[in-house]
Amino acid sequence: MTTAISVSGLVKTFGRTRALDGLELTVAQGEVHGFLGPNGAGKSTTIRVLLGLLRADSGSARLLDGDPWHDAVALHRRLAYVPGDVTLWRNLSGGEAIDLLGRLRGGLDSARRAALLERFELDPTKKGRAYSKGNRQKVALVAALASDVELLVLDEPTSGLDPLMEEVFRECVAEERERGRTVLLSSHILSEVEALCDRVSIIRAGRTVETGTLNELRHLTRTAVDAELAAAPDGLSGLAGVHDLVVEGSRVRCQVDTDHLDALLRELTRIGVRSLTSRPPTLEELFLRHYQADTPAAEVAR
Amino acid sequence: MNAFTGTGTLLRLALRRDRIMLPAWVYLLTASVASTAFSFKKLYSTGTSREQLAASLAGNSSLRALYGPLNDAASIGGITAWRMGVFGAALAGLMSILLVVRHTRAEEEDGRLELVRAGAVGHRAPLTAALATAALANLLLAVLVSTVLVVLGQAAAGSLAFGLSLAVCGLVFAGGAAVTAQLAETGRAANGSACAVLGLAYVLRAAGDSSSARDPGAVSRFSPIGWSEQVEPFAADRWWVLVLASAFAVLLAGVAYALVARRDLGAGLIPSRPGRTVGAPSLRTPLALAWRLQRGTLYGWSAGFAVGGAVFGGVAKGVLDLVRGNSGVADILRRMGGQQAVLDAYLSTVMGLLGMIAAGYAVQCVLRLRGEETGGRVEPVLATAVSRLRWAGGHLLFPLLGSGVILAVGGLTAGLAEGAAMGDLMGSVGRLLGGALVQLPAVWLAAAAATALFGLAPRWSSAAWGVLSVFLLIAWLGPVLQFGRRVLDFSPFTHIPRLPGGVFTVQPLLWLTLLAVGLTAAGLAGLRRRDLG
Repeated sequence: MTTAISVSGLVKTFGRTRALDGLELTVAQGEVHGFLGPNGAGKSTTIRVLLGLLRADSGSARLLDGDPWHDAVALHRRLAYVPGDVTLWRNLSGGEAIDLLGRLRGGLDSARRAALLERFELDPTKKGRAYSKGNRQKVALVAALASDVELLVLDEPTSGLDPLMEEVFRECVAEERERGRTVLLSSHILSEVEALCDRVSIIRAGRTVETGTLNELRHLTRTAVDAELAAAPDGLSGLAGVHDLVVEGSRVRCQVDTDHLDALLRELTRIGVRSLTSRPPTLEELFLRHYQADTPAAEVAR
Repeated sequence: MNAFTGTGTLLRLALRRDRIMLPAWVYLLTASVASTAFSFKKLYSTGTSREQLAASLAGNSSLRALYGPLNDAASIGGITAWRMGVFGAALAGLMSILLVVRHTRAEEEDGRLELVRAGAVGHRAPLTAALATAALANLLLAVLVSTVLVVLGQAAAGSLAFGLSLAVCGLVFAGGAAVTAQLAETGRAANGSACAVLGLAYVLRAAGDSSSARDPGAVSRFSPIGWSEQVEPFAADRWWVLVLASAFAVLLAGVAYALVARRDLGAGLIPSRPGRTVGAPSLRTPLALAWRLQRGTLYGWSAGFAVGGAVFGGVAKGVLDLVRGNSGVADILRRMGGQQAVLDAYLSTVMGLLGMIAAGYAVQCVLRLRGEETGGRVEPVLATAVSRLRWAGGHLLFPLLGSGVILAVGGLTAGLAEGAAMGDLMGSVGRLLGGALVQLPAVWLAAAAATALFGLAPRWSSAAWGVLSVFLLIAWLGPVLQFGRRVLDFSPFTHIPRLPGGVFTVQPLLWLTLLAVGLTAAGLAGLRRRDLG
């Protein structure tokens, strides 16, 4: 497995703010990698460092076996970028902006361009100022997807798109993966990440807090269990790894660390199970755990 | 709730946003009237000198085209009104256009008006607030101008009539801009069409005034700037003209109100044309993009320089006649070295002025880079196979060559106009082209200072305007206020040979160019090194 992006110990400060604080990120060639984190976690800063727009204070960043700062021009021929908030030139039409950006990168496939315009239902004759947010986003998406590149860097690319267009976007990314492209997808839409990504990295306050496949990440978290038992249980609270236990007569609800699931089930079957639902953690729950860690310590203590 | 709900709040918002721009405009206009009156008080202190001025103007159609007719030579107020009337009225019009469009169409285009209109705000409130802001600015201008003239000892009625004659022109163009803001879809187009009407109004009255000896000609009656002249402050004080012009301003505002009720938010009555489906084959380099973004500005400035050069060149003969007509000045004329020397002094001053204005264009072009950066439009470009230097280089060609283009246009039309009047066409064109192009190294230095700021201290990019103002103030006022040599040397414009007439030396030009190259290189080196965005 060759790596398309490898970042380690990346630090970037803006005045007194430490936007990146030892960030780690590895993206393998040919994978779709989800890049998650709350607002202000440093996702866009990381991407700007990878694009050679910002210079890191320390740490290392490699992109397609090159240095993102020094080899910017050569590397940019091999990647396409979609920012989260696209601004266009007010007197250029969408079609002109697509062609310009494609040609500046070294050319784009006009058949793919036409097909993408069709799929995203984008009118290329409007001037930049006349597009809505979602349509500006489509302009950048068509420009990026119509070019023949190895790596797509997408920074919250679907912000402002309607659900139908989001679906089109998912199909396009899936096709890109089929074609062997690497995709770095920074996103807030967890269903999108769940549907598309092979691996994810979650960052918070400029650090990577978790990285791996979704299955690996699920193992790190808790499963929700809801059971109706033959008799009122006792001694469950003593079990290791059981949290948020609620007992109402013979009904039990709790969260259990995934590696302690075995022990809990043994205890439940010992009492006798009438019904049982167990649900693996959703990405939402996984994510919220890290989001909530963002609230100040004082508030948590209350 | 009615259509005007929220006007008060919006008016306060407008005044808050304009707390620097509005006083600056009013101050600048008042100060130029005051300084003109003050210098005339010294220059034309006696009645005979003023009569001589009037007599020489009577036969001088080119100066009448520029300034309008002199209606009252009996008082300082009268000749101040002659000299500043047309310019003052046109500038008040320009101020009003910019104010009204800024608070109406420009707000709408940027989407802020949508947010405002979603509140408890009537559909006529934003337009009313913008018009009220313009009305307040013009009223303030009228009060200050009249007060200044009264303080300088001029008749109260004439002073008030003059102040109001400027303000009423402002009001008419405020109404006009309110209409164009409904028609056009963009603030730029609204400003552009209103300013085109203003320019037409100026040319109409120039044509009318130059054709008639004393009164403004018949054609001038179709120009709002001509109406301000018809007031004839200090001579006739025709108050009813003020009433008529105000009524016309109200009529225009009424048209704008009728239009605003008949259109959707964000839409203009003249829809914008659809753009190209596919980019032209030439649109493939950073330079092509820069050309696309900067060409409109270059065309506009070239047109302005063409008109300005023609006007200044055309009146050269008139200036000479004026000086000849003044017996006191005739003595100075002899000492200065005869007619040709006087003509050269005038023309070289005009060329210097063109150079300083061109520096404004150059700085504007450089700061476009910063605009692209803060607007977020540079990121997608630099994420392609374009280096920072190629991107910046595309834009920097405009201060480098574009300034040369507009200066050449200004020098050419000035030479053609002056040559046609004086009889030596080829000679005039050659001398004035040279006089205009010799300004380039100073223009480049101003642009290079802006480039250095952009590259090394991007947050301070707009300080380039401050640097330019210092350069201009020193070059313009330094000799009058007798600044020391060291201070004068700080401005690049003091080093430019005064052509035509002066001695041409290459050395200062070389030094200025070298310094400009150095500053640009420093700026570009900074740009390569720094964070973007």
